[in-house]
Amino acid sequence: MSEFEPKIVGFFCNWCTFTAADLAGTSRLSYPHNIKIIRMMCSGMVDPKYVIKAFLNGADGVLIGGCWPGDCHYINGNLKARRRVAMLTEILKEYGIDEKRFWLRWIAASEGTMLREVVNEMTAKLKELGPSPLNRETLDKKTPEKMIG
Amino acid sequence: MANFTKLSFKKGELNQKLADLFKGMMEKGVVDALLAPMIQPKRGVMLTLVTDPSHVGAIDPFAPVVPVNGARIASSITAKPSGRKTAMVLRSCEIRALVELCKLKQANLDDVLLIGMDCLGRYENLDFVKLRSDGQSSESFLEKALAGNTENSGCDVSGACKICEFPVVDNVDLRLCIIGTGADALYIESLTPKGDKTLEAAGLGIGEAPAGREAAVQQLVKKRKDDCDTAFAQYRESTPSVDALEDRLANCINCYNCRVACPVCYCKECVFVTDTFRHNGDQYMGWADTFGTLKMPTDTIFYHLTRMSHMSLFCVGCGQCTSACPNSIDLMPMFRAVAQKTQARFDYQAGRSHDEKQPLTVFENDELVEVTGQVK
Repeated sequence: MSEFEPKIVGFFCNWCTFTAADLAGTSRLSYPHNIKIIRMMCSGMVDPKYVIKAFLNGADGVLIGGCWPGDCHYINGNLKARRRVAMLTEILKEYGIDEKRFWLRWIAASEGTMLREVVNEMTAKLKELGPSPLNRETLDKKTPEKMIG
Repeated sequence: MANFTKLSFKKGELNQKLADLFKGMMEKGVVDALLAPMIQPKRGVMLTLVTDPSHVGAIDPFAPVVPVNGARIASSITAKPSGRKTAMVLRSCEIRALVELCKLKQANLDDVLLIGMDCLGRYENLDFVKLRSDGQSSESFLEKALAGNTENSGCDVSGACKICEFPVVDNVDLRLCIIGTGADALYIESLTPKGDKTLEAAGLGIGEAPAGREAAVQQLVKKRKDDCDTAFAQYRESTPSVDALEDRLANCINCYNCRVACPVCYCKECVFVTDTFRHNGDQYMGWADTFGTLKMPTDTIFYHLTRMSHMSLFCVGCGQCTSACPNSIDLMPMFRAVAQKTQARFDYQAGRSHDEKQPLTVFENDELVEVTGQVK
C-alpha cells in the first residue's frame, strides 16, 4: 500500500501567508502538495463553518495562516481568528477531531521559508497521526456508503 | 446582609398572596406593567404581560412549566424599549439567557425590575397540561419537589432541570425564595437598591434570612452538580465521535426547531435558511456521485456543529432544544457538554455576570499563545 498522503486545507491571509506562499514559489522552495490553499482576505475572515465543512468532507488537517499579532492589515482580524480557533478546537475535540489536526500559524509575507517549514511539519505530523476519522477515502474498507452531513 | 421579607400564606393561597403583592405594586405605581407566568383562560400557563392591575389575579409563577424561554419574550419587549417600568418574574435559565441577550444588545434592562424565583424544574408542556387536568397545583408540586420528589403521575421534570446547578438565580433585583423557607412561607429577598426601594414602596419590612435556607440551597446545588457530572460523563462516553453524533442525530429532519427555541441563538436570520444553503441541483448530484448516495436533507451535522460554534459560549442549559425537537432527540446534553468545554476555555460562564465580556468580542495581543505556539 502506498504511503498515506494527508489532505490539508489551508486558509491563507492574502496579506501575509498567501504572499509567503507566493514568495516560496518564486524562490523555488518546494513544499508538499498535500496542502490545498484557499486565499482569504484575512485570517479573521475564516468562518468556523469553513473549517467544520472541511473536516466533515474528509480533510485530514486544516491550517489557517495569518499575520503576526500587531501586523494585521485590518488591525485585529488575526486576534479574532485566534479566539475563534480556540473555541472551535474545543468543539472539534469533543467529537474526536484531534487538535493536532487544526493549526493556526502566524506567517509573515517575507517568511517563505517558514511557510515551507510549517507545511512540511504539518504534513509529517499528520502522516504520523494517520487519516482523520472522517476521511472516507483512505479507510481500508471502502465501506462508507455516504457523505457525512 | 439580610434583606428578606417574609410572606406567610395559608395552604392554597400562595398565588393569591403574590397577586395581592403585584397588584399593590402596580396600583402604587412602583411598576407600570408586569410580565409573569399566568393561568390562561383556556388552559396552560404562559408568560403574560399585564398593564391593568385587575388582571393580576391569574398569576401563577411557580407553575412548573416554561412553554418558551422567557429571555426571548423579555427581548421582544425591551430590545426597543417602551420606557414603561416593568416587573418581570422569570426563572434562573431565563434570566441567565437574558443577561447574554443584554450583552448582545438584544435586550435592555433599564426599565425592568427583574424578579427571579427559586426553580425546582419544569415539566414538558404536554405533561404539564396533563398534570393540571389531573388537578395538580403549583403548591402541590412545590411541596413534593422541596421534599426531593419531582415525579408525578409518571411524569418527571425535564432532563435539563434535573442537572441544573442554578436553582437560585443571581443578577436580579428581587428573589422569590421558596427553598429552605419552611412550609407556608415565601421570602422575598432584595439584592439591589432598586429591589430595596420596591420593598419599601410596597410597604414590606426588612428582616432576617430564613434559617436553614443556605444549607438547603447548598444541598440541592450539590446534588444537581453531581447529577450533571454523571450526565456529561455518560453523554461523552456515548458520543465520542462524529460517527456517534450522526447516530444520535439520525432522526434529525433539519426543522431547526432547536434553534428557534434556543434563547441564545442570536442571529436574526440563520445562515442555514439563506441562499448559501439552497444549493443547485448539480451540487446535490455531485455530492451523491461521490458515494453513489446522499442522505436528504443534507447538512444536518454541519448545522449542529455550526450552531455549537455560535451558541455554546452562551448556552445556559435550559433544555428548550430538547423540548422543541419533534423527533425526541435529546439535544440538551449535546449542547451543554460542548458548552462546558468552550466556556471553560475562556473561563466564562453564560449568564454569570453583566460585566464579563463575551469571549469572542474581546481579544488581546498577548493571549492564547498556546494556540499558535509561536512567540516573536
